[in-house]
Amino acid sequence: MNTIIFTVVVLSSLGVVSAVILYFVAQKFKVFEDPRIDETVEILPGANCGGCGFAGCRAFAEALVKNDDISTLLCPVGGSSVMSKAAELLGKAVETKDAMIAVVRCAGSCEVRPRTNRFDGAESCLVMATTYAGDTGCGFGCLGQGDCVVSCGFDAIRINPETRLPEVDDEKCTACGSCVKACPKFIIELRKKGPKNRRIFVSCVNKDKGGTARKSCGTACIGCAKCRKACAFDAITIDSNLAYIDNAKCKLCRKCVPECPTNAIRELNFPPRKQEVKSE
Amino acid sequence: MIKTFKYGGIHPDDNKISAEAAIETVVPEGVVRIFLSQHIGAPATPVVARGDKVKVGQLIAKAAGFVSANIHSSVSGTVTNIDLEADHLGIKKEAIIIKVEGDEWMDDIDRSDNIPKEIKLSAEEILKKIAASGLVGLGGAAFPSHVKLSVPPGKTAEYLIINAAECEPYLTSDYRIMLEHAEEVMIGIQILKKAIGVSVAYVGVEVNKPAAIAELNSLTSEYKGIEIVPLRKKYPQGGEKQLIKAVTNREVPSGGLPIDAGTVVHNVGTAFSVYEAVMKNKPLIDNVVTVTGKNLSVRKNLLVRVGTPVSRLVEIVGGIPENTGKVIFGGPMMGKAASNPDAPTQKSTSAVLFMSDEESYRKTSCACIRCARCVSVCPMNLEPYLLKRLAERKDFEESEKNSAHDCIECGSCAYTCPANIPLLDYIRLSKTEVLKIKRNRK
Repeated sequence: MNTIIFTVVVLSSLGVVSAVILYFVAQKFKVFEDPRIDETVEILPGANCGGCGFAGCRAFAEALVKNDDISTLLCPVGGSSVMSKAAELLGKAVETKDAMIAVVRCAGSCEVRPRTNRFDGAESCLVMATTYAGDTGCGFGCLGQGDCVVSCGFDAIRINPETRLPEVDDEKCTACGSCVKACPKFIIELRKKGPKNRRIFVSCVNKDKGGTARKSCGTACIGCAKCRKACAFDAITIDSNLAYIDNAKCKLCRKCVPECPTNAIRELNFPPRKQEVKSE
Repeated sequence: MIKTFKYGGIHPDDNKISAEAAIETVVPEGVVRIFLSQHIGAPATPVVARGDKVKVGQLIAKAAGFVSANIHSSVSGTVTNIDLEADHLGIKKEAIIIKVEGDEWMDDIDRSDNIPKEIKLSAEEILKKIAASGLVGLGGAAFPSHVKLSVPPGKTAEYLIINAAECEPYLTSDYRIMLEHAEEVMIGIQILKKAIGVSVAYVGVEVNKPAAIAELNSLTSEYKGIEIVPLRKKYPQGGEKQLIKAVTNREVPSGGLPIDAGTVVHNVGTAFSVYEAVMKNKPLIDNVVTVTGKNLSVRKNLLVRVGTPVSRLVEIVGGIPENTGKVIFGGPMMGKAASNPDAPTQKSTSAVLFMSDEESYRKTSCACIRCARCVSVCPMNLEPYLLKRLAERKDFEESEKNSAHDCIECGSCAYTCPANIPLLDYIRLSKTEVLKIKRNRK
């Protein structure tokens, strides 16, 4: 019996002494943290994807609280709805930004871009890109080893086994940009999601001369500039044999799409045309 | 005593099946494509234009800077274009395309068979001559030779080491040069010695080439200050740092050059072209290429003009064998599989190797079993399994701490891995990334 009492007394007094010490230590080393940071973290999606450019959601919340001007900051996952909520909480102004989405600018499927050799190295685009030009005639296009798929934290990009090209899921993609960084060939670009997900882009990054590009891939941009002529808004530029559609200027009129002789300009999520006029 | 380096190394079958084939000259025909960048350093600047007539040995592109090399026409004919051409890896590089017409040489090149022995030029003149002749290291890396020979101030060279190990399986081009041009090689070594001002030269030869060792040894009485060092057959004996360790028992510090260990290393093929450049006034326009493979009916050592399409070499050996899985430029260990078998040869192309389907393709890899065999065979004392994991994680700062940049890409780790993990693929990646980080820091 004595032993039990002795134990209880010793342990309780130890506890009390430690509590007192801890209390004073806590007072001495107290770190003040803005309570708004926690509140902002609650609003953010909590994906910790790093798409905002900060190390996780908490770091982003700290930046939101600290900076007076938060118009340059954006959580790509939450989009403008989350940003406006956060701005409301913090009493700061925020611009509404267009929703973005990752776009794969290569359409060189197995059919149009035949394999010229078989890659026999480690399954990684980065390794493949540092080893040689690639397993097709095109030295610019998708290597198909799936570095983008590995990098995606939202399961929004998958390699289609038939075409061996990555495909982006419109619903799941949050435009965090990790696939853009992962692609060693710089094929993936963040573009405006567009109204009803409608978007037009040049699905090619080949900078070879027209003839060479055409030989290696049936749907390569040959830099013929037909699309530039068709565009009424000056949205298309041609740089080293490659057309590029400026997101800001494009009005989604679709006039350039049928002009392309190699079908390199792609339109997504548009209703079918009334009369399909294909110019060759 | 037979010498070797201390750490690591592997013993692949040497497969020197083309060793008995004497060097044959390939007569140029058709079109040659000569790359402006066949060396480490800045690509050369062309000094000819489309439509120009050129002769064999005429300067067609000038070195752009110190670490760069002149390029000379390997044929006589007309320049038809200067355009992008795909090399054996499919990477497009600028090339001068020349249509072959006849075989007219520059007048100042001595094409006679006599062997001049007296070295008249001074050390400085030799260096100038070597730089003007566009010489690059023929051991594989194609580093401009005059850069290696210019000893930086504050450092002194004590020994010249000639790399004649030829430790890569299948390769026999250096062996044939030693057998057929032993005297020229010895004179070339004397020239190199004079250029860097050393009195001792060591020639490291692996013991699987007894004929070459005997041939060179018979000449050492005539050419003083050259010692033939027999080396144990072990890969990568011909790696610069391994060779220095084997011959002099010195170690090149991490990130350093052979000169930091008081040595200058040159390939035996380079010694031969040094002789040709200095004594015969012949720039580097051709080199010996071993065309070999187990399934070929004939294997040859061919003296090929730079820029000759490989398809022509294939013709000479009777076409690509049926079950060829890979065509490799260089040896099986360090060479690269060609994705474009019609690519032209370059100054440093040492071999074209045809590997059959079953022996060339990698087996499916499985998880690392931590046997540490890669660690025990690494001649640079690195930890390949660790570097691979770091590269997979893209943690290149940590790779730098683990000396990824010291990897010599010999491939011993991947060769020995029982789990068939493509270790070198990843290490090569981290090597390029680490070098990028280092460059940015400067």
